[in-house]
Amino acid sequence: MELTMAGALNAALRDAMRQDDSVVVYGEDVGRLGGVFRITDGLQAEMGTDRCFDTPVAEAGIAGTALGMALYGLRPVVEMQFDGFSYPALNQVISHVAKYRNRTRGRVGLPMVIRIPYGGGIGAVEHHSESPEAYYSHTAGLTVVSPGTPGDAYALLRASIAFDDPVIFLEPKRRYWLKEDLDLPVTAPPIGEAIVRRAGTAATLIAYGPMVNTAMEAATRAADESGWDLEVVDVRTLSPVDMDTLVTSATKTGRALVVHEAARFAGYGAEIAAELSERAFGYLAAPVLRVTGFDVPYPSAKIERHFLPDADRILDAVARLLEY
Amino acid sequence: MSVEVSSAASGPSSFPGLPKAAWQDVAAEGALSAAQSHDVELSTEQLRSLYRLMALSRRVDRQAINLTRQGALGVFASSHGQEAAQVGAVFALEAEDWLFPTYRETVGTFARGVDVVEILALFSGSWHCGFDPYQYRVAPLTTPLATQALHAVGLAMAARIKHDPIVALTFFGDGAASEGDAHEALNMAGVFGAPVVFVVQNNGYAISVPYRLQTKTSSIALRAAGVGMPGIRVDGNDVISVYGAVKTAVDRARRGDGPTLIEAVTYRLEAHTTADDTSRYRSDDEAAEWRVRDPVERFLRVLRDGGVVDDAFVAEVEAEGEATAARMRDSLFDAPAGDPREMFDHVYAARTPQLDAQRALLEQELRAGEEH
Repeated sequence: MELTMAGALNAALRDAMRQDDSVVVYGEDVGRLGGVFRITDGLQAEMGTDRCFDTPVAEAGIAGTALGMALYGLRPVVEMQFDGFSYPALNQVISHVAKYRNRTRGRVGLPMVIRIPYGGGIGAVEHHSESPEAYYSHTAGLTVVSPGTPGDAYALLRASIAFDDPVIFLEPKRRYWLKEDLDLPVTAPPIGEAIVRRAGTAATLIAYGPMVNTAMEAATRAADESGWDLEVVDVRTLSPVDMDTLVTSATKTGRALVVHEAARFAGYGAEIAAELSERAFGYLAAPVLRVTGFDVPYPSAKIERHFLPDADRILDAVARLLEY
Repeated sequence: MSVEVSSAASGPSSFPGLPKAAWQDVAAEGALSAAQSHDVELSTEQLRSLYRLMALSRRVDRQAINLTRQGALGVFASSHGQEAAQVGAVFALEAEDWLFPTYRETVGTFARGVDVVEILALFSGSWHCGFDPYQYRVAPLTTPLATQALHAVGLAMAARIKHDPIVALTFFGDGAASEGDAHEALNMAGVFGAPVVFVVQNNGYAISVPYRLQTKTSSIALRAAGVGMPGIRVDGNDVISVYGAVKTAVDRARRGDGPTLIEAVTYRLEAHTTADDTSRYRSDDEAAEWRVRDPVERFLRVLRDGGVVDDAFVAEVEAEGEATAARMRDSLFDAPAGDPREMFDHVYAARTPQLDAQRALLEQELRAGEEH
């Protein structure tokens, strides 16, 4: 059946809750309303208010109580309503959620998922278009996942809920309405594995979340307009990252470009570029390039398109990459 | 700050002459009542246990300070003077309940039955948490202030969802009460009717900053009115009153009637930690006033007067304290640092390729170190 990414996420939550009584879903407006993006639509009606419920507006409270629930054997899946409102919970996430297994010498693992709609491109007001993935990826103990397709959204969310460590699940909100023909339950490679979305020979585009679609568009246009055969790798799990797949691809093509919406400086792409230059140096014909957002606070809606990487910006960078 | 001390009024109690508990309640409109006295059921055996735990706590605390001065612990946050607030509160819990302590509650954690050497791992630097939370139903001692209160609320919410009649008790301090997490925890517990007991040990200071700079109000218990739960203010140096108040709250939570906020007014007789210098912010006179209300000595007087304990029992407890102190010394001095490779083992359920590579690097460094 044809499903949007939002629909696939909703189906993943429903199927997980049906299969496992210990899965509970909560956050701001996720109950009666079904979430501001309707990702939790219908869950409270089917599962009851013990399994899916609204909370006070308290993001640290949501993350902190989820830890307590996981400690007691539940599998909480909580929602931060928007990326920009996930920051009040950072103390709980960094100081406790990420550290609990290590602090307790492996005795207490926390099976919990924090879902965060993230990224721009929907014409939102300030604080609704942030890309916080580097903060989470920099924090040891967190597993950071971001799907780029509806099928992966389903498969990775199910895998995250079944995972025995805390997962930061970053949902590319501008792709919520992206459609794909799916047979549920979708199976896909597990958390921790990247996927080659498009095989190619000229250069590797490395993307995740909202930029997977943009990178695929760029690769299609590159083939059509310039005859460049680009490979696209979808990172899927940002941390711990599947570096082997990235290195294999960059080694094969000899040229690599990392794409993300988030600002460039100390961004996720910097880490990937550094790793590739360390592990694939002898095979690279050109330095690893980055196509990213600018090092500015996320701009207002009417000018955000000039901030966001698009296929044109990617193709310009590919041209520079191929000139080496 | 003045504290209403529990009255020694006569009335039914566990032995003739046992003082009643006394505490102030927060009325719905948000004002404190006058202290009311309450009967507390405590058998002779329980009273002796309470004294034993408080006296042992005092000895354990002093030994931890000594061991810090001698270098066996890196730092220590003393509970000296707060034994009644901690031990009295923990004594009201059942085995299946959960405790969420902070670094200040070493003796409360000790009173819960956690091995003292395992508790002190945090301060000795052997590991961030030295005990198994599931073994004791005690969460790790938390350092970021008030954060653990939310963990207690979440665990209590989970217990309600699973229909388990258990209670979560969390401590925090007068300084931590200013943190946002404290408010979020109180508010969420109120909204969800979570079976939580919040025990605020108001010991007068957040390191150097006095209570009056944390809040304009006369009592942290007053916040209960703002989040729709019962509030209690109790003399934190009177173990019978602390126990009575907390037991009332624990019973209420277990019945399904929701959370309670209890302010136990006490005083930190020692410095914030062994790294702190109280002479820079408070007078010796102030501390001397509180030494008169020493919770351990005060309780011992009551028990002696009531004939619940005699010299032989007190000596027995003292000997147990000395033995515990000796074991602390033996276990914490020259304790091996542990294998540094273990730092890679508990980051995730399984080691990642990245951690394997970094572990191999450390392995090389360790081997090179051995060769030199």
